[in-house]
Amino acid sequence: MQAKRVTFPGKITPYLLLLPQVAVTLVFFVWPAGEALVSSLFAQDAFGLGSTFVGLANFAALLRDPAYLEAVGVSFLFAFCVTALAMGLGLLFAAAADALGKAAGLYQVLLVWPYAVAPAVAGVLWLFMFDPSVGMVARALRTMGISWNHVLDGGQALTLVILAAAWKQVSYNFLFFYAGLHAIPQGALEAAALDGAGPFQRFRHIVFPLLAPTTFFLLVVNLTYAFFDTFGIIHATTGGGPGRATTILVYKVFRDGFEGLDLGGSSAQSVVLLVIVVALTALQFRHIERKVSY
Amino acid sequence: MAGTSRLSLLFAHLVLIAGAAVMMLPLYVAFVASTYAGTDFLSGRVGLVPGPHLVENYRLALTTGSSTAGIPPVGPMLWNSLVVAVVIAAGKISISILSAFAICYFRFPLRVPAFWLIFMTLMLPVEVRILPTFEVAARLDLLNSYAGLTVPLIASATATFLFRQVFMTIPDELTEAALIDGAGPLRFFWSILLPLSRTNIAALFVILFLYGWNQYLWPLLVTTDASYFTVVMGIRRLVGAATEADPVWHLVMATAILALVPPVLVIAALQRLFVRGLTETEK
Repeated sequence: MQAKRVTFPGKITPYLLLLPQVAVTLVFFVWPAGEALVSSLFAQDAFGLGSTFVGLANFAALLRDPAYLEAVGVSFLFAFCVTALAMGLGLLFAAAADALGKAAGLYQVLLVWPYAVAPAVAGVLWLFMFDPSVGMVARALRTMGISWNHVLDGGQALTLVILAAAWKQVSYNFLFFYAGLHAIPQGALEAAALDGAGPFQRFRHIVFPLLAPTTFFLLVVNLTYAFFDTFGIIHATTGGGPGRATTILVYKVFRDGFEGLDLGGSSAQSVVLLVIVVALTALQFRHIERKVSY
Repeated sequence: MAGTSRLSLLFAHLVLIAGAAVMMLPLYVAFVASTYAGTDFLSGRVGLVPGPHLVENYRLALTTGSSTAGIPPVGPMLWNSLVVAVVIAAGKISISILSAFAICYFRFPLRVPAFWLIFMTLMLPVEVRILPTFEVAARLDLLNSYAGLTVPLIASATATFLFRQVFMTIPDELTEAALIDGAGPLRFFWSILLPLSRTNIAALFVILFLYGWNQYLWPLLVTTDASYFTVVMGIRRLVGAATEADPVWHLVMATAILALVPPVLVIAALQRLFVRGLTETEK
């Protein structure tokens, strides 16, 4: 981590400049994260009066807890579906927009705006369309012979939150794929076309490899989004239910901590999530290092 | 792309029209719903074209809400959202640009540890450290206040990195010239760095405004007093109300539209800045 070649003299000034950010970081990030770490190693007694050191027992309890394992499964299924759907559609739209050239301008606005919608609001929009009694889509499905009721049916509830979460994220993937496609040198594609490569071959052998860094970056970003930024969608629509059908890990941390008041268990879950974030961030940074190196 | 025929152009248009339609559908459905009376929903009178109650519904949502369904008026919530979004965006930019300045333009013993400390915040999204952060905020008496809604969210590693990258591209000759002319660091920051980073600041502001406006979990936790509710968190209360006996979907959808219009307008009006901000912050 280098500094500028030419720097200013000053012993106190840099500390004063850093003070606001470091203060906020210490008080609202390091302190709480430290507390989570510590209380994940303690168990509170039934009255919440004292706590005893239990080592890794909270973590062991998590791994034995079927509800937690179920949340792990739901999270991965949810993240996989959201990522696949949002990236697939993003790439499809980006490829179409790239083929149109300048004429793609208007479409871009129409495709990008959902990025600005809050997850909770996105969830509510989809919830209304699928409302079993008044929702437009639910009614249309009923005429096709599918009885839709996500309030009772866990699979349908999960489908609903996946659709809402993916809908919001398509915009982001579209923008990055579009930029990635735009950066592919036309010469390479023209040369391949002259050599007799069809559109599919050109995609397979030129576009796809050149798009790989973008794809990898988006994969990490989408997984992070699905794991952590979708809390609002779940909380505002299904509330994790019916049963535990849509309880993803971040939702469970919240529910166990604030409603179940299980401090040790919730903290242990926080620590597990922390490890997931660290892993995803590390992956993301490998990408950045490569990008910066040119 | 090379060798695009007329047929494939047509196909591209069709894909994008279908895509745009799918993306617009939830918004359109919500808008239509917000123009009907509450009783129209169960009788199935809500169709595909807007109804006659547009002005009435939005006035009701903005000023009074629905006391029977426990819905606070949206007007004050919109104001709270605006305050929170602007304070978070401006605050993040201010403290990040200062710390990036310190890290790039000074040499001091704790430079690298400070950088890593800031970097760590990237790994600690609020959802992960939710309970202890809430306890810290409660201990500092920040519940039900604008400070509580904004300050805990104000540290930003991404913004610091962005400014660091911008500063690293600024030629050292400018710094040398400033040193020769006897300009101190603050003078240099104010007269040279700040003007040179103007576009980056604007692009970042757009992204951070959206981030602040769309906060949900944190406002939900730190506010119990309705006068500090933001519109995005207020939506949760509405959904509960909508599925109860009194059909209030028209108010829920009016509120949803009001909650999403400001950030969507920001994106639409400042599209270039938005795209720039997005690609820069994720680099």
